[in-house]
Amino acid sequence: MIRVILPAHLKVLANIGGEIDVEPKGEPTIAAVIGAIEERYPALRGTMLHHDTRMRRAMVRFYACNTDLSQSDPASLLPDAVVDGDEPLLIIGAIAGG
Amino acid sequence: MSAVRVLAGTKKGAFILQADAKRDRWKIDGPFFAGWEIYHVTGSPADPQRLYASQNSSWFGQVMQRSDDGGQTWRTVNNEFSYAGTPGTHQWFDGTARPWEFKRVWHIEPSLANPDVLYAGVEDAALFRSDDGGESWRELDALRTSSTGSTWHPGAGGLCLHTILLDPKDSQRIYVAISAAGAFRTDDGGANWRPINRGLHSEYIPDPNAEVGHCVHRLAMHPAKPQVLFMQKHWDVLRSDDGGDRWYEISGNLPTDFGFAIDVHAHEPDTIYVVPITSDREHFPLDGALRVYRSKSGGNEWEALTKGLPQEHCYVNVLRDAMDVDRLDSCGIYFGTTGGQIYASSDSGDSWTAIARDLPPVLSVEVQTLE
Repeated sequence: MIRVILPAHLKVLANIGGEIDVEPKGEPTIAAVIGAIEERYPALRGTMLHHDTRMRRAMVRFYACNTDLSQSDPASLLPDAVVDGDEPLLIIGAIAGG
Repeated sequence: MSAVRVLAGTKKGAFILQADAKRDRWKIDGPFFAGWEIYHVTGSPADPQRLYASQNSSWFGQVMQRSDDGGQTWRTVNNEFSYAGTPGTHQWFDGTARPWEFKRVWHIEPSLANPDVLYAGVEDAALFRSDDGGESWRELDALRTSSTGSTWHPGAGGLCLHTILLDPKDSQRIYVAISAAGAFRTDDGGANWRPINRGLHSEYIPDPNAEVGHCVHRLAMHPAKPQVLFMQKHWDVLRSDDGGDRWYEISGNLPTDFGFAIDVHAHEPDTIYVVPITSDREHFPLDGALRVYRSKSGGNEWEALTKGLPQEHCYVNVLRDAMDVDRLDSCGIYFGTTGGQIYASSDSGDSWTAIARDLPPVLSVEVQTLE
Protein backbone atom coordinates (compact mmCIF):
# COMPACT_ATOMS: atom_id res chain seq x y z
CA MET A 1 0.00 0.00 0.00
CA ILE A 2 1.17 3.50 -0.77
CA ARG A 3 0.50 6.26 1.71
CA VAL A 4 -0.74 9.52 0.22
CA ILE A 5 -1.35 12.90 1.80
CA LEU A 6 -3.68 15.08 -0.25
CA PRO A 7 -4.05 18.87 -0.14
CA ALA A 8 -6.80 20.19 2.10
CA HIS A 9 -9.09 21.27 -0.76
CA LEU A 10 -9.08 17.78 -2.25
CA LYS A 11 -9.65 16.14 1.13
CA VAL A 12 -12.78 18.23 1.54
CA LEU A 13 -13.89 17.54 -2.01
CA ALA A 14 -13.59 13.79 -1.47
CA ASN A 15 -14.67 13.85 2.16
CA ILE A 16 -11.37 12.38 3.32
CA GLY A 17 -10.13 12.89 6.86
CA GLY A 18 -6.40 12.32 6.83
CA GLU A 19 -3.77 10.22 5.11
CA ILE A 20 -5.02 7.57 2.69
CA ASP A 21 -3.56 4.28 1.49
CA VAL A 22 -3.97 3.12 -2.09
CA GLU A 23 -2.87 0.10 -4.06
CA PRO A 24 -1.90 1.15 -7.59
CA LYS A 25 -2.50 -1.18 -10.48
CA GLY A 26 0.72 -2.24 -12.20
CA GLU A 27 3.99 -0.43 -11.59
CA PRO A 28 4.05 1.99 -8.61
CA THR A 29 4.17 5.29 -10.45
CA ILE A 30 2.66 8.67 -9.66
CA ALA A 31 0.19 8.19 -12.50
CA ALA A 32 -0.83 4.75 -11.18
CA VAL A 33 -1.25 6.08 -7.64
CA ILE A 34 -3.43 8.93 -8.86
CA GLY A 35 -5.39 6.50 -11.01
CA ALA A 36 -6.08 4.44 -7.87
CA ILE A 37 -7.08 7.57 -5.94
CA GLU A 38 -9.48 8.63 -8.72
CA GLU A 39 -11.01 5.18 -8.85
CA ARG A 40 -11.74 5.20 -5.14
CA TYR A 41 -12.71 8.89 -5.00
CA PRO A 42 -14.37 9.82 -8.32
CA ALA A 43 -14.82 13.41 -7.13
CA LEU A 44 -11.06 13.83 -7.58
CA ARG A 45 -10.97 12.83 -11.23
CA GLY A 46 -8.99 15.32 -13.25
CA THR A 47 -7.99 17.45 -10.26
CA MET A 48 -4.33 16.37 -10.13
CA LEU A 49 -3.60 15.17 -13.65
CA HIS A 50 -5.36 16.50 -16.71
CA HIS A 51 -8.12 14.23 -17.96
CA ASP A 52 -6.87 14.05 -21.51
CA THR A 53 -3.06 14.12 -21.31
CA ARG A 54 -2.66 12.63 -17.82
CA MET A 55 0.00 15.26 -17.26
CA ARG A 56 0.36 17.08 -13.96
CA ARG A 57 -1.69 20.22 -13.46
CA ALA A 58 0.61 23.21 -13.48
CA MET A 59 -0.08 24.18 -9.85
CA VAL A 60 0.02 20.69 -8.36
CA ARG A 61 3.29 19.33 -7.02
CA PHE A 62 4.47 15.94 -5.84
CA TYR A 63 6.93 15.52 -2.97
CA ALA A 64 8.36 12.40 -1.34
CA CYS A 65 11.38 11.64 0.80
CA ASN A 66 12.29 15.34 0.94
CA THR A 67 12.49 15.39 -2.83
CA ASP A 68 10.44 17.33 -5.35
CA LEU A 69 9.13 14.82 -7.87
CA SER A 70 6.94 17.33 -9.69
CA GLN A 71 9.08 17.44 -12.80
CA SER A 72 9.35 13.67 -13.02
CA ASP A 73 7.41 11.86 -15.67
CA PRO A 74 4.17 10.72 -13.98
CA ALA A 75 4.97 7.31 -15.43
CA SER A 76 8.27 7.07 -13.57
CA LEU A 77 8.62 4.78 -10.58
CA LEU A 78 8.16 6.14 -7.05
CA PRO A 79 11.05 5.90 -4.55
CA ASP A 80 11.37 2.59 -2.73
CA ALA A 81 10.58 4.22 0.64
CA VAL A 82 7.20 5.29 -0.75
CA VAL A 83 6.54 1.94 -2.36
CA ASP A 84 7.40 0.21 0.92
CA GLY A 85 5.08 2.49 2.88
CA ASP A 86 7.86 4.04 4.95
CA GLU A 87 7.28 7.51 3.50
CA PRO A 88 4.12 9.10 2.12
CA LEU A 89 3.64 10.67 -1.28
CA LEU A 90 2.69 14.28 -0.68
CA ILE A 91 0.43 15.89 -3.24
CA ILE A 92 0.65 19.64 -2.75
CA GLY A 93 -1.14 22.66 -4.10
CA ALA A 94 1.71 24.90 -5.23
CA ILE A 95 2.38 27.87 -2.99
CA ALA A 96 0.99 30.94 -4.70
CA GLY A 97 0.15 34.15 -2.99
CA GLY A 98 1.57 36.86 -0.83
CA MET B 1 -46.72 30.73 0.03
CA SER B 2 -44.12 31.77 -2.50
CA ALA B 3 -40.48 32.15 -1.60
CA VAL B 4 -37.37 33.40 -3.30
CA ARG B 5 -34.01 31.67 -3.38
CA VAL B 6 -30.93 33.59 -4.48
CA LEU B 7 -27.99 31.49 -5.62
CA ALA B 8 -24.73 33.39 -5.42
CA GLY B 9 -21.43 32.24 -6.84
CA THR B 10 -18.41 34.01 -5.39
CA LYS B 11 -14.63 33.93 -5.56
CA LYS B 12 -14.53 31.83 -2.39
CA GLY B 13 -17.61 29.65 -2.43
CA ALA B 14 -21.35 29.57 -3.06
CA PHE B 15 -24.08 31.05 -0.90
CA ILE B 16 -27.82 30.46 -0.85
CA LEU B 17 -30.09 33.23 0.39
CA GLN B 18 -33.75 32.55 0.99
CA ALA B 19 -36.75 34.67 1.98
CA ASP B 20 -40.50 34.47 1.82
CA ALA B 21 -42.48 36.55 -0.65
CA LYS B 22 -42.15 39.67 1.47
CA ARG B 23 -38.41 39.52 0.85
CA ASP B 24 -37.61 41.48 3.96
CA ARG B 25 -35.82 38.80 6.03
CA TRP B 26 -33.13 36.68 4.45
CA LYS B 27 -31.53 33.50 5.68
CA ILE B 28 -28.03 32.98 4.32
CA ASP B 29 -26.49 29.52 4.00
CA GLY B 30 -22.91 28.88 2.99
CA PRO B 31 -20.22 28.98 2.03
CA PHE B 32 -20.64 25.82 -0.01
CA PHE B 33 -17.41 24.62 -1.64
CA ALA B 34 -15.49 27.05 0.56
CA GLY B 35 -12.32 28.44 -0.91
CA TRP B 36 -13.17 27.56 -4.51
CA GLU B 37 -14.22 29.95 -7.24
CA ILE B 38 -17.86 29.39 -8.04
CA TYR B 39 -18.45 30.93 -11.41
CA HIS B 40 -22.11 29.97 -11.53
CA VAL B 41 -24.83 28.30 -9.51
CA THR B 42 -28.24 27.85 -11.06
CA GLY B 43 -31.45 25.88 -10.80
CA SER B 44 -33.57 23.93 -13.24
CA PRO B 45 -36.75 25.72 -14.32
CA ALA B 46 -38.34 22.28 -14.60
CA ASP B 47 -37.36 21.18 -11.09
CA PRO B 48 -36.31 23.99 -8.74
CA GLN B 49 -34.74 21.50 -6.33
CA ARG B 50 -32.23 20.51 -8.99
CA LEU B 51 -29.25 22.83 -8.80
CA TYR B 52 -25.95 22.84 -10.63
CA ALA B 53 -22.73 24.61 -9.71
CA SER B 54 -19.49 25.29 -11.53
CA GLN B 55 -16.60 24.99 -9.07
CA ASN B 56 -13.12 25.91 -10.18
CA SER B 57 -9.62 26.39 -8.89
CA SER B 58 -6.39 27.43 -10.54
CA TRP B 59 -4.76 24.51 -8.74
CA PHE B 60 -7.21 21.67 -9.23
CA GLY B 61 -9.23 22.65 -12.28
CA GLN B 62 -12.93 22.24 -12.90
CA VAL B 63 -15.41 20.44 -10.68
CA MET B 64 -19.12 20.19 -11.41
CA GLN B 65 -21.61 19.87 -8.58
CA ARG B 66 -25.25 18.88 -8.55
CA SER B 67 -27.90 19.06 -5.85
CA ASP B 68 -31.27 17.29 -5.93
CA ASP B 69 -32.60 18.93 -2.77
CA GLY B 70 -32.32 22.64 -3.35
CA GLY B 71 -28.74 22.90 -2.20
CA GLN B 72 -28.90 21.04 1.11
CA THR B 73 -26.63 18.30 -0.20
CA TRP B 74 -24.37 18.17 -3.22
CA ARG B 75 -22.47 15.58 -5.18
CA THR B 76 -19.89 15.86 -7.91
CA VAL B 77 -20.81 14.96 -11.45
CA ASN B 78 -18.63 14.62 -14.51
CA ASN B 79 -16.00 17.33 -14.95
CA GLU B 80 -14.51 16.12 -18.24
CA PHE B 81 -15.05 18.59 -21.05
CA SER B 82 -13.28 17.29 -24.13
CA TYR B 83 -13.41 19.24 -27.34
CA ALA B 84 -14.67 17.23 -30.26
CA GLY B 85 -12.08 16.10 -32.76
CA THR B 86 -8.80 17.93 -33.08
CA PRO B 87 -9.50 21.31 -31.50
CA GLY B 88 -7.20 23.42 -33.67
CA THR B 89 -6.41 27.00 -32.76
CA HIS B 90 -7.99 30.34 -32.00
CA GLN B 91 -6.33 33.73 -31.86
CA TRP B 92 -4.40 34.94 -28.86
CA PHE B 93 -4.42 38.59 -27.70
CA ASP B 94 -1.63 39.45 -30.13
CA GLY B 95 -3.26 37.71 -33.07
CA THR B 96 -1.06 34.61 -32.97
CA ALA B 97 -2.60 31.16 -33.07
CA ARG B 98 -3.18 29.43 -29.74
CA PRO B 99 -4.45 25.85 -29.26
CA TRP B 100 -7.91 25.45 -27.81
CA GLU B 101 -7.58 24.47 -24.15
CA PHE B 102 -10.37 23.90 -21.64
CA LYS B 103 -10.06 26.10 -18.56
CA ARG B 104 -13.40 26.46 -16.78
CA VAL B 105 -17.17 26.49 -17.00
CA TRP B 106 -18.47 30.05 -16.94
CA HIS B 107 -22.18 29.46 -17.24
CA ILE B 108 -24.65 26.60 -16.86
CA GLU B 109 -28.04 26.79 -18.53
CA PRO B 110 -30.51 24.03 -17.62
CA SER B 111 -33.20 23.10 -20.12
CA LEU B 112 -36.55 24.76 -19.65
CA ALA B 113 -38.33 21.40 -19.70
CA ASN B 114 -36.01 18.66 -18.47
CA PRO B 115 -33.84 18.91 -15.34
CA ASP B 116 -31.42 16.33 -16.71
CA VAL B 117 -30.63 18.37 -19.82
CA LEU B 118 -28.26 21.27 -19.44
CA TYR B 119 -25.75 23.32 -21.35
CA ALA B 120 -22.37 24.57 -20.22
CA GLY B 121 -20.54 27.54 -21.68
CA VAL B 122 -16.82 27.15 -21.21
CA GLU B 123 -13.44 28.81 -21.66
CA ASP B 124 -11.80 28.39 -24.19
CA ALA B 125 -15.09 29.17 -25.83
CA ALA B 126 -17.30 26.20 -26.58
CA LEU B 127 -20.76 24.93 -25.78
CA PHE B 128 -21.32 21.55 -24.14
CA ARG B 129 -24.53 19.65 -23.50
CA SER B 130 -25.43 16.98 -20.98
CA ASP B 131 -28.52 14.80 -21.29
CA ASP B 132 -27.99 12.91 -18.04
CA GLY B 133 -27.86 15.51 -15.32
CA GLY B 134 -24.17 16.24 -15.76
CA GLU B 135 -22.92 12.64 -15.76
CA SER B 136 -21.48 13.12 -19.25
CA TRP B 137 -20.84 16.01 -21.59
CA ARG B 138 -20.56 16.35 -25.36
CA GLU B 139 -19.54 19.39 -27.28
CA LEU B 140 -21.92 21.03 -29.74
CA ASP B 141 -18.86 21.57 -31.85
CA ALA B 142 -20.43 23.13 -34.91
CA LEU B 143 -20.30 26.42 -33.04
CA ARG B 144 -16.56 26.29 -32.50
CA THR B 145 -15.68 24.66 -35.80
CA SER B 146 -17.76 27.10 -37.80
CA SER B 147 -15.99 29.18 -40.38
CA THR B 148 -15.19 31.90 -37.85
CA GLY B 149 -13.94 29.89 -34.86
CA SER B 150 -10.26 30.13 -35.68
CA THR B 151 -10.53 33.93 -35.68
CA TRP B 152 -11.97 34.27 -32.19
CA HIS B 153 -9.78 35.95 -29.62
CA PRO B 154 -10.09 36.38 -25.86
CA GLY B 155 -11.31 39.37 -23.95
CA ALA B 156 -9.61 40.42 -20.76
CA GLY B 157 -11.41 37.66 -18.88
CA GLY B 158 -10.43 34.97 -21.37
CA LEU B 159 -12.04 33.45 -24.45
CA CYS B 160 -15.23 32.54 -22.68
CA LEU B 161 -18.72 31.49 -23.67
CA HIS B 162 -20.61 33.25 -20.90
CA THR B 163 -24.22 33.62 -22.04
CA ILE B 164 -26.69 30.94 -23.13
CA LEU B 165 -30.31 31.84 -23.87
CA LEU B 166 -32.87 29.16 -24.66
CA ASP B 167 -35.87 30.29 -26.68
CA PRO B 168 -39.00 29.25 -24.73
CA LYS B 169 -41.10 29.21 -27.90
CA ASP B 170 -38.69 27.30 -30.10
CA SER B 171 -36.71 24.49 -28.50
CA GLN B 172 -34.31 24.39 -31.45
CA ARG B 173 -33.25 28.02 -31.12
CA ILE B 174 -30.34 28.86 -28.81
CA TYR B 175 -28.36 32.07 -28.48
CA VAL B 176 -24.85 32.24 -27.06
CA ALA B 177 -22.37 35.05 -26.53
CA ILE B 178 -18.60 34.85 -26.46
CA SER B 179 -16.00 37.36 -25.35
CA ALA B 180 -14.52 38.58 -27.58
CA ALA B 181 -16.16 36.98 -30.60
CA GLY B 182 -19.77 38.10 -30.41
CA ALA B 183 -23.24 36.60 -30.43
CA PHE B 184 -24.27 33.43 -32.27
CA ARG B 185 -27.55 31.65 -32.94
CA THR B 186 -28.62 28.17 -33.87
CA ASP B 187 -32.08 27.35 -35.21
CA ASP B 188 -31.59 23.59 -35.27
CA GLY B 189 -30.58 22.68 -31.75
CA GLY B 190 -26.89 23.27 -32.29
CA ALA B 191 -26.20 21.53 -35.59
CA ASN B 192 -25.51 24.83 -37.34
CA TRP B 193 -24.63 28.26 -36.01
CA ARG B 194 -24.22 31.68 -37.45
CA PRO B 195 -22.86 34.94 -36.08
CA ILE B 196 -25.55 37.52 -35.31
CA ASN B 197 -23.57 40.71 -34.93
CA ARG B 198 -24.90 43.01 -37.64
CA GLY B 199 -25.24 46.49 -36.23
CA LEU B 200 -22.49 46.09 -33.65
CA HIS B 201 -19.73 48.66 -33.93
CA SER B 202 -16.47 48.19 -31.98
CA GLU B 203 -13.61 50.63 -32.41
CA TYR B 204 -11.10 48.28 -30.80
CA ILE B 205 -11.03 45.79 -33.68
CA PRO B 206 -9.50 46.32 -37.14
CA ASP B 207 -12.89 46.39 -38.86
CA PRO B 208 -15.31 47.99 -36.38
CA ASN B 209 -18.27 46.39 -38.19
CA ALA B 210 -16.75 42.92 -38.56
CA GLU B 211 -18.90 39.80 -38.53
CA VAL B 212 -17.10 38.55 -35.39
CA GLY B 213 -14.61 39.95 -32.90
CA HIS B 214 -16.96 42.03 -30.76
CA CYS B 215 -16.71 41.85 -27.00
CA VAL B 216 -20.31 41.07 -26.13
CA HIS B 217 -20.61 41.11 -22.35
CA ARG B 218 -24.13 39.82 -21.87
CA LEU B 219 -27.45 39.07 -23.59
CA ALA B 220 -30.91 39.14 -22.04
CA MET B 221 -34.36 38.09 -23.21
CA HIS B 222 -37.91 38.21 -21.88
CA PRO B 223 -39.64 34.83 -22.25
CA ALA B 224 -42.83 36.41 -23.61
CA LYS B 225 -40.96 38.12 -26.45
CA PRO B 226 -38.02 35.86 -27.24
CA GLN B 227 -37.35 37.50 -30.59
CA VAL B 228 -36.39 40.68 -28.72
CA LEU B 229 -32.86 40.56 -27.36
CA PHE B 230 -30.92 43.06 -25.31
CA MET B 231 -27.14 43.28 -25.23
CA GLN B 232 -24.58 44.91 -23.01
CA LYS B 233 -21.50 45.10 -25.17
CA HIS B 234 -18.05 46.19 -23.95
CA TRP B 235 -19.23 49.65 -24.89
CA ASP B 236 -22.83 50.19 -26.05
CA VAL B 237 -26.19 48.81 -25.00
CA LEU B 238 -28.06 47.36 -27.94
CA ARG B 239 -31.37 45.79 -28.88
CA SER B 240 -32.54 43.43 -31.60
CA ASP B 241 -36.19 42.92 -32.54
CA ASP B 242 -35.56 40.01 -34.87
CA GLY B 243 -33.64 37.39 -32.95
CA GLY B 244 -30.29 39.03 -33.47
CA ASP B 245 -30.47 39.48 -37.23
CA ARG B 246 -29.95 43.18 -36.75
CA TRP B 247 -28.98 45.23 -33.69
CA TYR B 248 -29.39 48.89 -32.94
CA GLU B 249 -28.00 50.98 -30.13
CA ILE B 250 -30.25 51.98 -27.24
CA SER B 251 -27.66 53.59 -24.95
CA GLY B 252 -29.60 56.86 -25.13
CA ASN B 253 -29.02 59.04 -22.07
CA LEU B 254 -26.91 56.55 -20.08
CA PRO B 255 -24.03 58.38 -18.40
CA THR B 256 -21.67 55.71 -19.73
CA ASP B 257 -22.64 52.71 -21.82
CA PHE B 258 -19.82 50.48 -20.66
CA GLY B 259 -20.93 47.71 -18.34
CA PHE B 260 -21.41 44.01 -17.89
CA ALA B 261 -24.85 43.05 -16.57
CA ILE B 262 -28.21 43.52 -18.28
CA ASP B 263 -31.59 42.01 -17.46
CA VAL B 264 -35.30 42.31 -18.17
CA HIS B 265 -38.21 42.86 -15.77
CA ALA B 266 -40.18 39.67 -15.12
CA HIS B 267 -43.54 41.06 -16.27
CA GLU B 268 -42.68 44.02 -18.48
CA PRO B 269 -40.74 42.91 -21.56
CA ASP B 270 -39.68 46.47 -22.36
CA THR B 271 -38.38 47.29 -18.90
CA ILE B 272 -34.66 46.64 -18.76
CA TYR B 273 -31.85 47.19 -16.29
CA VAL B 274 -28.14 47.90 -16.62
CA VAL B 275 -25.41 48.97 -14.22
CA PRO B 276 -23.20 51.49 -16.01
CA ILE B 277 -19.50 51.14 -15.26
CA THR B 278 -17.14 54.03 -15.88
CA SER B 279 -14.98 52.55 -18.63
CA ASP B 280 -12.95 49.59 -19.78
CA ARG B 281 -9.99 50.84 -17.73
CA GLU B 282 -12.00 51.92 -14.68
CA HIS B 283 -14.20 49.00 -13.67
CA PHE B 284 -16.23 50.86 -11.07
CA PRO B 285 -19.31 53.05 -11.09
CA LEU B 286 -19.11 56.59 -12.42
CA ASP B 287 -18.28 59.14 -9.71
CA GLY B 288 -18.18 56.40 -7.05
CA ALA B 289 -21.99 56.24 -7.04
CA LEU B 290 -23.62 52.86 -7.56
CA ARG B 291 -26.62 53.39 -9.81
CA VAL B 292 -28.81 50.92 -11.61
CA TYR B 293 -30.38 52.37 -14.71
CA ARG B 294 -33.86 51.34 -15.79
CA SER B 295 -35.54 51.90 -19.11
CA LYS B 296 -39.28 51.32 -19.29
CA SER B 297 -39.34 51.97 -23.01
CA GLY B 298 -37.06 49.20 -24.18
CA GLY B 299 -34.04 51.47 -24.24
CA ASN B 300 -32.82 54.98 -25.04
CA GLU B 301 -34.68 56.63 -22.16
CA TRP B 302 -33.06 55.67 -18.87
CA GLU B 303 -33.62 56.66 -15.26
CA ALA B 304 -31.15 56.28 -12.43
CA LEU B 305 -32.23 54.10 -9.51
CA THR B 306 -30.30 55.11 -6.42
CA LYS B 307 -32.49 54.73 -3.35
CA GLY B 308 -30.67 52.47 -0.91
CA LEU B 309 -27.52 52.20 -3.03
CA PRO B 310 -24.23 53.83 -1.98
CA GLN B 311 -23.86 57.20 -3.65
CA GLU B 312 -20.31 58.01 -2.67
CA HIS B 313 -16.99 56.18 -2.32
CA CYS B 314 -18.28 53.07 -4.07
CA TYR B 315 -15.76 51.39 -6.35
CA VAL B 316 -17.16 47.92 -6.89
CA ASN B 317 -18.01 46.24 -10.17
CA VAL B 318 -21.09 44.24 -11.15
CA LEU B 319 -20.09 41.31 -13.31
CA ARG B 320 -21.99 39.98 -16.31
CA ASP B 321 -23.72 37.04 -14.63
CA ALA B 322 -24.42 38.84 -11.36
CA MET B 323 -27.91 40.23 -11.99
CA ASP B 324 -31.26 38.46 -12.05
CA VAL B 325 -34.95 39.00 -11.35
CA ASP B 326 -37.63 37.09 -9.45
CA ARG B 327 -41.11 36.44 -10.82
CA LEU B 328 -43.28 37.58 -7.92
CA ASP B 329 -46.07 40.04 -8.71
CA SER B 330 -43.95 42.92 -7.56
CA CYS B 331 -40.85 42.01 -9.48
CA GLY B 332 -37.64 41.70 -7.49
CA ILE B 333 -34.29 42.72 -8.98
CA TYR B 334 -31.01 41.41 -7.55
CA PHE B 335 -27.36 42.03 -8.26
CA GLY B 336 -24.06 41.17 -6.64
CA THR B 337 -20.88 43.21 -6.54
CA THR B 338 -17.18 42.55 -6.48
CA GLY B 339 -17.26 44.10 -3.02
CA GLY B 340 -19.31 41.20 -1.72
CA GLN B 341 -22.68 42.90 -1.47
CA ILE B 342 -25.90 41.50 -2.85
CA TYR B 343 -28.48 44.22 -3.35
CA ALA B 344 -32.16 43.43 -3.76
CA SER B 345 -35.17 45.44 -4.74
CA SER B 346 -38.70 44.14 -4.21
CA ASP B 347 -40.28 47.04 -6.10
CA SER B 348 -38.83 46.75 -9.58
CA GLY B 349 -35.78 48.78 -8.68
CA ASP B 350 -37.36 51.80 -7.02
CA SER B 351 -35.55 51.03 -3.76
CA TRP B 352 -32.73 48.72 -2.75
CA THR B 353 -31.46 46.89 0.31
CA ALA B 354 -28.22 44.98 0.85
CA ILE B 355 -29.31 41.44 1.70
CA ALA B 356 -25.68 40.36 2.08
CA ARG B 357 -22.89 42.79 2.70
CA ASP B 358 -19.56 41.09 3.26
CA LEU B 359 -19.38 38.08 0.97
CA PRO B 360 -16.36 37.38 -1.23
CA PRO B 361 -16.48 39.07 -4.66
CA VAL B 362 -19.73 37.98 -6.30
CA LEU B 363 -19.35 36.31 -9.68
CA SER B 364 -22.94 35.29 -10.35
CA VAL B 365 -26.46 35.73 -9.05
CA GLU B 366 -29.39 33.53 -10.03
CA VAL B 367 -32.86 33.84 -8.57
CA GLN B 368 -35.45 31.11 -8.17
CA THR B 369 -39.09 31.93 -7.47
CA LEU B 370 -40.44 29.01 -5.49
CA GLU B 371 -44.13 28.15 -5.16
